[in-house]
Amino acid sequence: MQDTLEKNELLIEGETGPWEMIIGMEVHAQVTSNAKLFSGASTAFGGDPNSHVSLVDAAMPGMLPVINEECVAQAIRTGLGLKAEINLYSIFDRKNYFYPDLPQGYQISQYKQPIVGEGEVIVDLLDGSRVVVGIERLHLEQDAGKSLHDQHPKKSFVDLNRSGVALMEIVSKPDLRSSEQAKAYVSKLRTILRYLGTCDGNMEEGSLRADVNVSVRRPGDPLGTRCEIKNVNSIRFIGQAIEYEARRQIEILEEGGEIHQETRLFDAKTGETRSMRSKEEAHDYRYFPDPDLLPLELTQGWVDSLAADLCELPDEKRERFIAEFGLSPYDASVLVAEKERADYFEAVAEGRDGKLAVNWVNNELFGRLNKESLGIAESPVSADQLGKLIDLIKDGTISGKIAKDVFDIVWSEGGEPADIVEARGLRQVTDTGAIEAAVDEVIAANPDKVEQAKAKPQMIGWFVGQVMKASGGKANPQAVNALLKSKLGVE
Amino acid sequence: MSVDRATVHRIAKLARIAITEEEAAKLEGELSGILDWVAQLDEVDTADVPPMTRVEDVTIRMREDKVTDGDIADDIVANAPEADDHYFVVPKIVE
Repeated sequence: MQDTLEKNELLIEGETGPWEMIIGMEVHAQVTSNAKLFSGASTAFGGDPNSHVSLVDAAMPGMLPVINEECVAQAIRTGLGLKAEINLYSIFDRKNYFYPDLPQGYQISQYKQPIVGEGEVIVDLLDGSRVVVGIERLHLEQDAGKSLHDQHPKKSFVDLNRSGVALMEIVSKPDLRSSEQAKAYVSKLRTILRYLGTCDGNMEEGSLRADVNVSVRRPGDPLGTRCEIKNVNSIRFIGQAIEYEARRQIEILEEGGEIHQETRLFDAKTGETRSMRSKEEAHDYRYFPDPDLLPLELTQGWVDSLAADLCELPDEKRERFIAEFGLSPYDASVLVAEKERADYFEAVAEGRDGKLAVNWVNNELFGRLNKESLGIAESPVSADQLGKLIDLIKDGTISGKIAKDVFDIVWSEGGEPADIVEARGLRQVTDTGAIEAAVDEVIAANPDKVEQAKAKPQMIGWFVGQVMKASGGKANPQAVNALLKSKLGVE
Repeated sequence: MSVDRATVHRIAKLARIAITEEEAAKLEGELSGILDWVAQLDEVDTADVPPMTRVEDVTIRMREDKVTDGDIADDIVANAPEADDHYFVVPKIVE
């Protein structure tokens, strides 16, 4: 972990000297499940107001919570994916506070004994460096309902559809040192959750939200007072909120002021954070073990069987792609960031040249998909079609340049690459007789250039261009080059 | 007195219960009495005793991940002092 910074470029230069940002994150990830954590009501997003609500979720008197086994399994899988210790004994506590969207008057959560303990996430940064971010804990808890404040001038409207949906709160150690690292951490966490299938990671629908703890200090000093920015719901906003908040704190400290520990809100419209609750009103949650729920006791056998069924994780897939297909770490990272992309690549690369496959997938295909704002699932070119196109390049049927034209045709019109090449006569000319004729023609038409080439061998490039042009790009470039060299008598 | 007046007011505030100064004085004595009585348990050495979480030998019961409940919005808001289009309606909460 990073105790103090070695990299000076991460320090922020203030009026009075450099400052270091310390960032920790609490990510709330909605557990992928059909039913809620303690009731049989649906977790489906949307739905008419209060339609996905049972009497348990509405906290009617006498209702008792019964835990959903799959939600527990999902928390264990996530813990395993974070290389964390799984606690076979954990406790549900009541976190008490009043709010209209919390009908129980308390949230069932886990306080001192969470289901998952310490783990780690390896974060790859754009410059190729890696940061290991410690995970402090993961615990299961209930989501609250939703309040709407814009329906009426004097009233708020409450919908309990989300009330009781299972959340995993994933708490990192304060190991992050820049907004870039924080964004990369959330992206990586999201990738891991999506691989595991334990959270869909949909930030627009609120399935993944982050509370960001930010403080600043002089390099080497003890930790400063932190402020918590609540419920930031996009990766871009996380970056903006951190940048704003760190600068706000530095400004206060440099003017001789002090930071008050508080909860702040990020305003996406202004890009600023503002105070939400002051320290004086800091909540006293009066946690105590929920008497309605027995301790959550797991068997090692169950944990082991979940571990055995765990899918290949992004870090493992990345290593395998590098070893198996000879990819660069960068290319491998791009592919594994989304499981569907990695699967697509693997289907293309299977039994083929991995480097050629990754160039086509990462550059041609992803480039085109990005340009047209399409996801991999909507790609007009299937992995099978792209694989067959690569086969045509590999066996010399077409050149790489012509392949791009064929790719365009498959993209817009569909069809088998081999059929397109045949139907449109795009086959590369390897017949030496035909190439020789074209070479002779170009030489005969340009006697002055031939003279120049004898003195200046680089001129051969111009001749290659002319012959390729005459052949409509279909001549084999190596054959053209060889013929020209012998005919012009240059090396 | 293990509970002072300020603590009584703080507990009342956290519980959203309005109390008068007279009531606070009475509660101060009552809460202290209860806590002092429970504090007798401190005389027992429990250093090596795990917390007792159940009387009978039972473990937590789990449910299958099936949707078996919901679609009862009429019932859910039936007792609400105010409802609109199946929403609970409450005084405006301003952050």
